[in-house]
Amino acid sequence: MDDRTSAPAGSGTDPAPADVDASGAPRGRGVAIVGRLARWEVLLAFVLLGLVWLGASLSPVFLSARNFSNLIAAVIEVGIIALPMALIIVAGEIDLSVESMVGLAASVLGFLYAAGYPLEMAIPAVLVVGALGGLLNGVLATMAGLPSLVVTLGTLALFRGLALVVLGPRGISGFPPEFSAFGFGTIPGTPLPWPFVIFAVLALVLGFVLHGTWIGRQLFAAGKNVGAARYSGVRVARMKLLLFVLAGLIAALAGVVLAARLASARADAGEGMTLTVVTIVLLGGVNIFGGRGTILGVVLAFFTLAVLGNALRLANIASEIQSIAIGVLLIISVVIPTLAHQFKSALDRALRGRRAPAGRVGPGEMANP
Amino acid sequence: MSELAVSARPAQPTLLRRLILTAGRHREVSLLVVMILLGALVAVRAPQFLSVSNLTQVTTLASIIAVAAVGQALVIITRNVDLSVESTIGLVAFVVAEILSARTLGVPAAIAFGIGLGLVLGMINGFVVAVMRVPAIVATLGTLSIYRGVDFLLAGGKQVTLTELPSGYTDAATATILGIPLFVVIAVVILAIVGIILRQTRFGRQVYAVGSNPEAATILGIRTRLVVFGAFALCGLCAGVAGVMWGIYFGTINATAATGAVLQVVAACVVGGVAIFGGSGTVVGAGLGALFLGFIQNALIIIRLSQFWLEAIYGLVILTAVAIDAVILRRLRRSIGARSRG
Repeated sequence: MDDRTSAPAGSGTDPAPADVDASGAPRGRGVAIVGRLARWEVLLAFVLLGLVWLGASLSPVFLSARNFSNLIAAVIEVGIIALPMALIIVAGEIDLSVESMVGLAASVLGFLYAAGYPLEMAIPAVLVVGALGGLLNGVLATMAGLPSLVVTLGTLALFRGLALVVLGPRGISGFPPEFSAFGFGTIPGTPLPWPFVIFAVLALVLGFVLHGTWIGRQLFAAGKNVGAARYSGVRVARMKLLLFVLAGLIAALAGVVLAARLASARADAGEGMTLTVVTIVLLGGVNIFGGRGTILGVVLAFFTLAVLGNALRLANIASEIQSIAIGVLLIISVVIPTLAHQFKSALDRALRGRRAPAGRVGPGEMANP
Repeated sequence: MSELAVSARPAQPTLLRRLILTAGRHREVSLLVVMILLGALVAVRAPQFLSVSNLTQVTTLASIIAVAAVGQALVIITRNVDLSVESTIGLVAFVVAEILSARTLGVPAAIAFGIGLGLVLGMINGFVVAVMRVPAIVATLGTLSIYRGVDFLLAGGKQVTLTELPSGYTDAATATILGIPLFVVIAVVILAIVGIILRQTRFGRQVYAVGSNPEAATILGIRTRLVVFGAFALCGLCAGVAGVMWGIYFGTINATAATGAVLQVVAACVVGGVAIFGGSGTVVGAGLGALFLGFIQNALIIIRLSQFWLEAIYGLVILTAVAIDAVILRRLRRSIGARSRG
């Protein structure tokens, strides 16, 4: 899968001009090598390793299997939601409402369970609610042509409000032991918590769809240039509609997972989660304007954030203050590629300028000689 | 191809279509009409809705949101959005309360410091968006949590209570000028100032130009990024004023003050006809939008509907407003297209 995942991102940062330089000037080869090493996923893997090293030096328990499963479990819902969110952002849209859908799902689950319905009935009902919520987002954002930012800001309030209406301020607990075991327990013989299975399966499936099928190619096309995609026969609206439905469904599933892990269902579940979800997606190298990104990057970013949160917790830093770190990380993950791009084009210009005789061509106009 | 269909339309505009178009062009007027109808409806069921004390309460609270919404409107007109306003309001409210409770500064200096802090936070947003070229949604989602984190860092678990503040400080919340609540006067003054800036100054016209077509604005020689920076800075300034007002109104402030207020602020703009597509809208609309949301909240309390409905209704209001915007935009484009062809 590795090779396939790297293809779309690689084509985005085209190394071709640097390779041409490589035949001539020795510095050109340097640029090419730096360009290849500076692949976002590689960079992210180094950051992750650095954080693991930092965590291990902070506390002796960091590298224990028990801590590893805690570290994953603490953010597993966020990671699960980040996967469909990555697809939505690649397609050039955004869904801010997922955190409220987590709350609505938990509320509906708690309400149905408290009303005496068994979980085998309640959970499918919750998933239907999630899909319907996603459908609402999708219909408004694609068919009515409204900007997804405002639509999902509206449903962010709507879903949270409905969650409060359904369950009120109470919390529902006393779920059957198997349900809690799913949330707390680990897969026998491994330190991996059960919900990680959902994350892993989803990552594999969505990774394959995005990087290995025509659906993924159409998605990238739609994100890069809607008009061009539409003219080449991509049914952009229908595809985005399905993505929103998927995001709603997965967010509801994450709400169920959260209820299982906390052994309690509350209307305020998932509050503030959107920030972390979007941070994971953008840190994973998905372009906020759409058209570029890999699931591998998102998975790496998920582990990075999990380790970072855990390391901060081991260093006794309050969770509210961790939000500063996440906010900074979010901004940095968008700033760095922009700066790198500017640096690269400045370097290209400088190299070209050296070879050309004192150019009359201004820096703005890239006239081809 | 569709020439026939298009040109046939405006020849005989139905009454309904004309009504929709007129209402769309004058969102402020139609919002007022809706508010009066709604007020009448609620007043029939609960006459105390129209009492002076109730109206004072509604307008005072709405004034805080209106001040923040005026700043937000500026940013939205430039085709950006500032999600961090609620953290700015919360941080300013706490810092001012903390300064006053520790008696480090006098009341006027503390208020000035709070407003200045808002301006600085807005300038940080502007810097990240305009200079570092981070899309506004990402930048302000980041600063939303950064500013709130700083708030927690400063406050820890503690809160500043009413009794720690200088006596008489919070009286401003109930003060009136000629029978009009002071907060309403402040909101109207700020609304007027920003409204004049938008209509009469070069910067104001540039704000609209940048929002309706950034590329064209750049070609015309407008320094787009500077304008966007200015809009964010002013938005921070307004949020700073709103933060000071928030602190005065609620008296007791902790690190979670104003959590979730951004929805009301953005909703006020959207309802008031500040198009999220950028380039159009007025601050009067944003102010009326804030008043409208305040009325709804109050009406819920008066007709004894659970407050839990409030957030859901805010959501519906936002969705309805953008949907109306989109419909009107489409109609307008169609009729303009037909007119220029005919």
